[in-house]
Order: sequence, then C-alpha cells, then structure tokens
Amino acid sequence: MSVILIFMAGIAVIITWWMAQQRLTSKPWLEVGRAGDVPDGSSSAPATEKIGLYVFLAVVGALFSLLISAYFMRMDTADWWSVPIPNLLWVNTAALAASSVALHWTKAETRENRGEATRVALLAALATAVLFLIGQVLAWRELAAAGYLLTNNPANSFFYMITGLHGLHIIGGLAVLSRTTWKAWNGAEPSGLRLSVELCAIYWHFMLLVWLILFALFAGWANDFIDICRQLLT
Amino acid sequence: MVEIQSGIGTAIPPAETEDMELYHPKSWWTKYVFSQDAKIIAIQYSLTAIAIGLVALVLSWLMRLQLAFPGAFTFIDAERYYQFITMHGMIMVIYLLTALFLGGFGNYLIPLMIGARDMVFPYANMLSYWVYLLAVLVLAASFFAPGGPTGAGWTLYPPQAVLSGTPGGQDWGIILMLSSLILFIIGFTMGGLNYVVTVLQARTRGMTLMRMPLTIWGIFTATVMALLAFPALFVAAVMMLFDRVLGTSFFMPALVEMGTLLPHQGGSPLLFQHLFWFFGHPEVYIVALPAFGIVSDLISTHARKNIFGYRMMVWAIVIIGGLSFIVWAHHMYVSGMNPAFGFFFATTTLIIAVPTAIKVYNWVLTLWRGDIHLTLPMLFALAFIVTFVNGGLTGLFLGNVVVDVPLSDTMFVVAHFHMVMGIAPIMVIFGAIYHWYPKITGRMLNETMGQIHFWITFLGAYAIFFPMHYLGLMGVPRRYHEMGETIFNPPSAHMLNIFITVMALVVGAAQIVFLFNLAWSLRKGKPAGGNPWRATTLEWQTPQTPPVHGNWGKELPVVYRWAYDYSVPGAAEDFIPQNQPAPDRLSRGALA
Ligand code: HEM
Ligand SMILES: [Cu+2]
Repeated sequence: MSVILIFMAGIAVIITWWMAQQRLTSKPWLEVGRAGDVPDGSSSAPATEKIGLYVFLAVVGALFSLLISAYFMRMDTADWWSVPIPNLLWVNTAALAASSVALHWTKAETRENRGEATRVALLAALATAVLFLIGQVLAWRELAAAGYLLTNNPANSFFYMITGLHGLHIIGGLAVLSRTTWKAWNGAEPSGLRLSVELCAIYWHFMLLVWLILFALFAGWANDFIDICRQLLT
Repeated sequence: MVEIQSGIGTAIPPAETEDMELYHPKSWWTKYVFSQDAKIIAIQYSLTAIAIGLVALVLSWLMRLQLAFPGAFTFIDAERYYQFITMHGMIMVIYLLTALFLGGFGNYLIPLMIGARDMVFPYANMLSYWVYLLAVLVLAASFFAPGGPTGAGWTLYPPQAVLSGTPGGQDWGIILMLSSLILFIIGFTMGGLNYVVTVLQARTRGMTLMRMPLTIWGIFTATVMALLAFPALFVAAVMMLFDRVLGTSFFMPALVEMGTLLPHQGGSPLLFQHLFWFFGHPEVYIVALPAFGIVSDLISTHARKNIFGYRMMVWAIVIIGGLSFIVWAHHMYVSGMNPAFGFFFATTTLIIAVPTAIKVYNWVLTLWRGDIHLTLPMLFALAFIVTFVNGGLTGLFLGNVVVDVPLSDTMFVVAHFHMVMGIAPIMVIFGAIYHWYPKITGRMLNETMGQIHFWITFLGAYAIFFPMHYLGLMGVPRRYHEMGETIFNPPSAHMLNIFITVMALVVGAAQIVFLFNLAWSLRKGKPAGGNPWRATTLEWQTPQTPPVHGNWGKELPVVYRWAYDYSVPGAAEDFIPQNQPAPDRLSRGALA
C-alpha cells in the first residue's frame, strides 16, 4: 500500500498548502464587516471548470495509485510471471504522446486566435488518440494470440484490467475532445474554445503521465527503481 | 479595524447574475424529475435513501425476530439470516447514511448556506442522482435474483464471498452487489465533485472559509474524504468481479470446493482486506463528520449561543479527516502483520480520539449556561451526544487489546458500533429533518407527533442496544443465526433477546409516525415563515420560503459576519444574520 500512501501524502501536501492560505487562524467572531467594505471579485481566479478537473484528476490518481499498490502486493506471490511487453506498446506510447503534444499546440493556436490551425491541430490530437486505442486493442490481441490469456497468470490479469481501465478513461476524454473538435469545425471561434481545449490538454497530459508510469510498471523498470530505493535506504 | 479578506484563489461571483446564466427548466419533467436544481436533487436523493433504508429496517426486524424466537419463522433459515445481515449492513452504511448526508443534505444545504445559486455543475449533479437510483435498483434486484442477495457479510471478504457455500456466491447475489457498488461510486463521484468545487468556487462575497457554518465544513471534508476513499472500494469491487465472472485470481487462493479444484490459485485475500479497509475506516468518518457539523449548528441555534471553540471545531474536522486515512489496518490485527506496523496503527487510532473528544467537550460547553430551547432538533442533538459518548466509551473497551479478545465477535461489538455509527448519525438526521423541514416545505412538522417519535425512538434505541452489551459480556456471538446446541447462556439471556426484539419492533413502528408526520405536515403543518428558529445562517435569509430556483432573487447575499452571532450583548435581537453588516460606528470589529 506504499504507492497509495505516497500519493495521499502528495494530496495532503497540496491541501495543507492551500489551507495555509485561507487564514485558518483568524478569529471570525471578532471580524464583522461593514456595509460597503466587501471585496469585489478577483479577476485572477482560475476557472471553476479547471478546479473541477483538478479535483477529478485527484480521484483518478487515487484510483490508479490503488491499482498499482495492488499490483505490487500481488506480485510478491510465487505464481507471478511478468508479461512480455509487445513492441507495439512503444508505438502506442508515441501516439499518445503525439496526441498530448497536438493538444498543447492547439492550446497555443486558440490563444493566437488562428481558426484554421486550431481545427487541424484538434483533428490531429483526435486521430492520434484513436490510434492509441486501436494500438492497445491490437496489443491485447497479440498477447492473447501468444497465449497470455487473462486468467493464466495474475500478471496477465493485472495487465488487461489496468490497461482496460486506462483505455476507458481515454474513451471518456475522447467524448469531450470530439465535441470540442466538432464545435471547432462547425464555426466556433477559437477564443470560445480556449477553455475546453485547455481542459482537454490538462487531462491528456495527465493520462499520458499515468500511461508512462503504467508502462514502466509492466516493463519491470518500476521494480528496478524500487530495488534501488530499497538499497539506498538499507 | 480588521480587514476582511477573501481566501486566495476564490472566484467571487458578481453580486448580480444575468438571468440568462441560470438554467431554466422548461417542462414539468425537467422541473421535477430530470431536474438540475440542487434542491430538487436533494429531495430525490433523500426520498430514495429513506425508501431503501426502510428495507434495511424491515430486514433488522426479521433478524431480531429470528434471534428472539428461533424456529418460529421457518423461512428465516441460516442462509437467509446471512443475506439479511449483509444487506442490512450495506444498505444502512452506504445507501442510506452516505447518500442521505452527502447527496441529500449536501445538495440542499451547500448552495443555500454559502450563498450560491446552485451547484457549479448542475448537469453532472443530476446524473449523479440517476446513477445512484440505478445503483439502488440493482441492489434491490438482487432480492429477486435466483439465489437471492449475497450473504457474505457487509465486508464481503473473499474467498467466501464468491464461493457456493455463501448465499449468492455462485449465483447473482454477489455480482449484483459489486455492480451496484461500482455504480454507486461513479454516481457519487459526479456529485462529490460538485459539492467540493461549489464550496471552493461559489461562495458568495464575504463568505470566507472561516465564516462557513460547521455543517458545511463537515460535509465538505467528508466529501473530500469520500472522493479519495471510494476508489479503493471501486478497485476492490472491480477485481472481485473479475475473479467471480472471468475467473482471475486476484483475491482467490487455490481452493478445493466439494471435491473439485477451483480454477483460482495464488490470490491474496489479504489484499482485499487492505483495499476494503482503506475505504472502510474513512467511511465511518464520512458518515460521522457531516453529523458532527450539523449537530454543532443545531446546538448553537437552539441554545441561542455561539458555538464554543469554532476554530478548534474546524481544525478537529480537518485533522480527523486526514488521520482516518492512516489507521485502516486496525481492522486487520487478527489477519496478521508486522508488529511495528501494528504499533503504528494502534497509535494513530488512539490519536484520532483526541480531536473527537475535543468536539464533544465543545458541544457540552456550548450548551453550558445556554438558553436551551428543548425543540425537537435540540432533543435529537442531545440524544446524539448521549449515544455518541456512550458508544465512544465502549469503544475504549474495544480499543484495548486484552479486553477486545474475549469481546470481539460478540454482541458487545454489535452494540458498540450501532451506538456510534448507527443510532448516533440517525439521531442527527432526524434532528436535521425537523430543523430544515420548515425551510424545505414552508411548514413546521407537527410537534406532538414529533415528541412521540423522539421519545420512542431515543428510549427505544437505548432499550435495544444497551442490553446487547450484557449479552456480549455473557459471550453471545454476533452473526449467529441461532444458538443451537451451544447454549451456555442462562435463560435470562433469552429473555433479554425477546425484550430487545420487542423494542426493535416498537422503534420501527414509531418511524411510521415520523413518515406520516412528513406527509401530513406538508399540507396541514403550521406555516413556518422564513426563519422560524431565528437562525443566523444564510439559508434562513432567502427572499422566498421554500427557496425558489436560483435561491436569492436578483442579488446574492453579502456576508459580513460568522455564523454564530447568537445572544450578542447589546444587539436588538438574540441573533444577527450573517448578511447583516456591522452598525456604522462602534462595530465589534473596530473594538477588537
Ligand atoms: C432499529 C435499528 C436497528 C436494528 C434493530 C438493527 C439490528 C441489527 C442486527 C440484529 C444485526 C445483526 C447482528 C448479528 O447477528 O451479527 C445488525 C447488523 C448490522 N447493522 Fe444494524 N440495526 C439497526 C440499525 C442500524 C443502522 C442505523 C446501521 C447504520 C450504520 C446499522 C448497521 C449495521 C451493520 C454495519 C451491521 C453488521 C452487518 C454484518 O455483520 O455484516 N444498523 N443490525
Ligand atoms: Cu476503523
């Protein structure tokens, strides 16, 4: 359970940092305001949707941290044989990274108000993301054809389950991304798309990060890393 | 003169909202059924939770009947008894208490108490309810599925949960239970995002965090906890569903069942326990923190006194929330672990008792020399304190390993956890309903019926669970369908069992009075006016009662003070609403 604990510690740090700015030591019973001296809205506040997305990402992060924790705990048993990593996964990783980059590019274009480039960039992001999903399915089929079935070994079970859940999250993101793309191709101004594009980009970067960690996990590098940490500690 | 600052990163909404910004329901369907108004969603959540809660209540009757009159009800065999225990426990904890506190009270109170027009993502909020309803329906469907509902105990420990020896294990029961939990969590996440982000982003001008009523602090912290804890149950449920349906071996060790070797091998039941309790322990506080918050406000309002130690109360809520994530393994002492970890978990568990005790002292100190009005909400709040302290004390017994060993898995434990996390939160829920019903409907609940309901429920609940401690001390085990040949109990134990069952039936029947009151007062209750309790918080200051769509009319309220200005010396009335500014000269802020 150490992975989820580290994740929770990170969340705790963020919450503490945020709370430290909230004047929690004030004495509200002594502070009565007078009519007229209430502050106006601050313009620098982040968009509500963005805060919503960050909170949601915290939930998704907890979910994958727990899955990884479970993976490590189950791995200690004797009947564990790691799954060989199909080379296709490298291609998929590149596709997802390209999608992330494309969204970053879209973000820049919406800021510059360039409609044509925004549309193209969105389409590129969409296409590469779909490519990633297709690649994942092909990788599954490749593994299954090689005899690595879901129930043969817990490592296989984890592989299919975790990549499946990650894929579901990408599909969910695709729904939003397609809507934004559709709007862009149906005459929406880039300035009006700025927020949705930015949200998509944040989500995509996050899912890419999750995928990279998962990839490292399945490839076994995460173990090496942990072994090094252990050696450093003892 | 003290400056009023709003917290950093707070988007303060404009005082006036363009009419266009609000979502407007167009037909009866979108107004009352597929509504995106948090107030309607709150009522939908509450009614659904109460409905399924009644099922759990009837199940507890059936269990009690079997315990008092073993053999008299032939349809309650051992399997059925297990199914009843499981469904009763799961429904009460998750589908009733969690849903009612967060989905019900959270939806109704958050926007109104912080001066917002609605939740920030109304559409997701609506979906949240419909997914919850689906979860409840899936759960209820398992009563009618072949093989009946699961009988694995509310902890659903594998491997037994998916074996044929457990009711529902190889039938539909466990599948429906796990699917329902998964749906519940998805639905809750959509709602939970709303509750958290609304508190963060939609507070009206002047509503700093430290001016929020404790009700909001409790619901807010509990929601943050739930958002982070439910994923653990989600993962556990998905993995067990894989084991059961697809034949994987996440949790299932190699097993021989009735002479055949099952396809599973090497799985780790302990892994499930870690995941389950990573969720399960915070869950106790997810139910408790909203109750703590609400009870603080009830006590302050009905004792006409400011809450004692507001800051400490806020910190205690936050600290309890944080700590409860690192104590989960105290449920697994018997499952074996490294002694150093055992020590760690035992210590953190004891530390949690400190902020909890502080809260109890503060409630009592708030009451001390207050102008206590024994209204129904106050009676229920007092009942909460008594039951909670009682349950806390028996908890001290159980926290002690030497005492725990003979008592664990006896009726003593059943008595303990029903006191702290069964009866105590239910008391708060009743108190809260009596308190806010006038705002929700514009009418008071009938006082006589309320008094009858309160005294029977409170004394009756005591009569049910207090004697159970003695049964536990005599060694009567929990989760036993009948004592059978192992009778080592004196006949008096059996007498006590009959008494408890009779009281359980009486208490259950008293709820009919309550439900009748809810329906009767809707039409016939005394008109309440806007602020019948003369309370300070914003929900009582709405231009209309019940509040209409958008809550505040054209202008949002502006907050000038904290939520507890009761009996302020020198003030004209014994309460000053939060949206009333200080008099131009001589404000108390200037004096301080
Ligand atoms: C009048 C009200 C209630 C009565 C008469 C009642 C009765 C019972 C009985 C007879 C059992 C089974 C004991 C055994 O044989 O082990 C039980 C278990 C349980 N009850 Fe209640 N109960 C009531 C209310 C509640 C409430 C409000 C909660 C909410 C937290 C709750 C949560 C539980 C849980 C979690 C279990 C354990 C289930 C398990 O062992 O898997 N009960 N109750
Ligand atoms: Cu616990």
